Amino acid sequence: MSSVIESHHDDHHHGPAKGLMRWLLTTNHKDIGTLYLWFSFAMFLIGGAMAMVIRAELFQPGMQIVQPEFYNQMLTLHGLIMVFGAVMPAFVGLANWLIPMMVGAPDMALPRLNNLSFWLLPFAFGILLSSLFMEGGAPNFGWTFYAPLSTTYAPPSVTFFIFSVHIMGASSIMGSINVIVTIMNMRAPGMDLMKMPLFVWSWLITAYLLIAVMPVLAGAVTMMLMDIHFGTSFFNAAGGGDPVLFQHIFWFFGHPEVYIMILPAFGIISHIIETFARKQLFGYESMVWAMLSIAILSFVVWAHHMFTVGMPLAAELFFMWATMLIAVPTGVKVFNWVATMFKGSISFETPMLFAIAFVVLFTIGGFSGLMLSIVPADFQYHDTYFVVAHFHYVLVPGSIFSIMAAVYYWIPKWTGNMYDERMGRLHFWLSFVGVNVTFFPQHWIGLAGMPRRYPDYALQFADWNMVSTAGAFLFGASQILFLFIVLKTVLGGKKATPQVWEGARGLEWSVESPAPYHTFSTPPKVN
Amino acid sequence: MNKSAKRTLKYLSLAVFGMFFFSFALVPLYDVFCEVTGLNGKISQSEEGVSYESNTGRDLTIQFVSHNAEQMPWIFRPSEKIMKVKTGKYSNATFFVKNNTDKPMTARAVPSVAPSNANEYLKKLECFCFEEQFLAPGEEALLPVRFIFDSNIPESINNVALSYTIFDITNYNDMEMAHHDGR
Repeated sequence: MSSVIESHHDDHHHGPAKGLMRWLLTTNHKDIGTLYLWFSFAMFLIGGAMAMVIRAELFQPGMQIVQPEFYNQMLTLHGLIMVFGAVMPAFVGLANWLIPMMVGAPDMALPRLNNLSFWLLPFAFGILLSSLFMEGGAPNFGWTFYAPLSTTYAPPSVTFFIFSVHIMGASSIMGSINVIVTIMNMRAPGMDLMKMPLFVWSWLITAYLLIAVMPVLAGAVTMMLMDIHFGTSFFNAAGGGDPVLFQHIFWFFGHPEVYIMILPAFGIISHIIETFARKQLFGYESMVWAMLSIAILSFVVWAHHMFTVGMPLAAELFFMWATMLIAVPTGVKVFNWVATMFKGSISFETPMLFAIAFVVLFTIGGFSGLMLSIVPADFQYHDTYFVVAHFHYVLVPGSIFSIMAAVYYWIPKWTGNMYDERMGRLHFWLSFVGVNVTFFPQHWIGLAGMPRRYPDYALQFADWNMVSTAGAFLFGASQILFLFIVLKTVLGGKKATPQVWEGARGLEWSVESPAPYHTFSTPPKVN
Repeated sequence: MNKSAKRTLKYLSLAVFGMFFFSFALVPLYDVFCEVTGLNGKISQSEEGVSYESNTGRDLTIQFVSHNAEQMPWIFRPSEKIMKVKTGKYSNATFFVKNNTDKPMTARAVPSVAPSNANEYLKKLECFCFEEQFLAPGEEALLPVRFIFDSNIPESINNVALSYTIFDITNYNDMEMAHHDGR
């Protein structure tokens, strides 16, 4: 492609173009990575503001601040924005920045496609957010948009929602095609698959998952579109369809989707733990096989999200056991991380703090997942705050902590400046306390029977909801500190060395800090 | 871009399109699965494999339940709520239905059986749920169901509920009509 040809005749001082057009037209993987990361951070703050509306309403029982209709819209948009706007683009941004440098490639394989897949996103989320100002309001049927709530009973803005999901899907598919083509074809000579850094491995697997399930999501929303506007009845019982079919198709996409949001985190955490434990990662090969097994199993467990729809006993048992089986490769990973830290000479810089918190809190989320996988218990837990606590434990101190850890770990490489360590640690501790105060009590109120997705609740849940809201505002406010730390680092700070961290390994640490605009125009040698 | 990258790109694009069509293939696959397992009221309508050992048939209680889907104004109820039947013997039941509006309307009833594992042993030979029901304003009708329980029905099942939900499909048909002759 052009970038490859360019690098042969241009000199290596060729820098970025000037002005705004640089960002609009760029095909440079580092620029696009930066765009993705800033975009996802903006979405994180918008989705976070919606979470604050939700928690503020739940501070006390009774309706205080918003109307139930608006509460439902906040709940829906919070989920959609955090999943598709914050977590996924953040991982794609990290992939863009890191994968070419980690495999010793000059850029992504398809740089123009890369530009397109980023620039689709602002339009997708612009459309989604604009539905807030439409007649009938924004989508209000939850991020899982179950039919017939999202078809027969949906507000008119559902068509815009469908369109924006189509665009987001196209963007993710293009992004993952790019990742796979890059990894499969552009590794430096000598870098076998089993020598690839784990972040690259985790993204290779994630990209395959995305290619397998994003088209299924596109299919699901297309069926909704046809039911709403073209008189079909995929999900309409009156016309011979079945609303339960929607749930099967949605979760066939949805379960691999939740692993899409955690596998890259596994890669990140592996790198950070081995760096700050100053030891080689324990069990590299088993890490790869564990991620592969998790990815394959993710296709045969979807119905555990819908145990209560009325399935035959045999199906419930199958999905229960298949789900429990996932605990085995996940356990392998957790034990490998612990074994890596064991007898290491650990130092506790901010990325390591986030990584250790990840291991502990993600494991708590995993255990509550194991509880939910038990069919008879799930009939009790289904659609309660216990489920809310479970998936927030795996997504917030799981995926989001890993993204924050990655930002602290690699930001010296991106900007050439060290972040403020003292403020980083403060951000960590505020986030850590905030996240636990927010979500841990939700386990209890869930077990006590508080249903999810309502703007109001029975009096006996009042105390812990108040605590949870206080934690949420602490967590939310501490992200403003994060924004400040990142901006401060971009603008200046102690200069970083090329290796940055004493124990860091990998090709990205062999180039200067900040990484030059073009790296590895001639492939490095890997032993 | 080199040749092998182009090949990877081609395979991946094919996979994307393949998975998109697979999501639509899930629709018939799901129907097949429900028919095989008898889930979701997708009851087989053939008499094949029914054991007619009428002398050894045992007693079974069947309850009839009717629901109106939201905004369906018709009166719809079973003539008898409970019937005692024998397995392996034909039985008949009726449902009363009345269009109490001043507009002609079309409806469809969708059946469901509980417990779900009784489904495959309940064969309906004649059922108003097989067809759309049209009623003029104020018209009423008795809708028949003729059914038989397979004698092989597990001993553990003594009570079966057969429920129907009636849907208003008047506008639905208009929409489909518009598609057929309008364009």
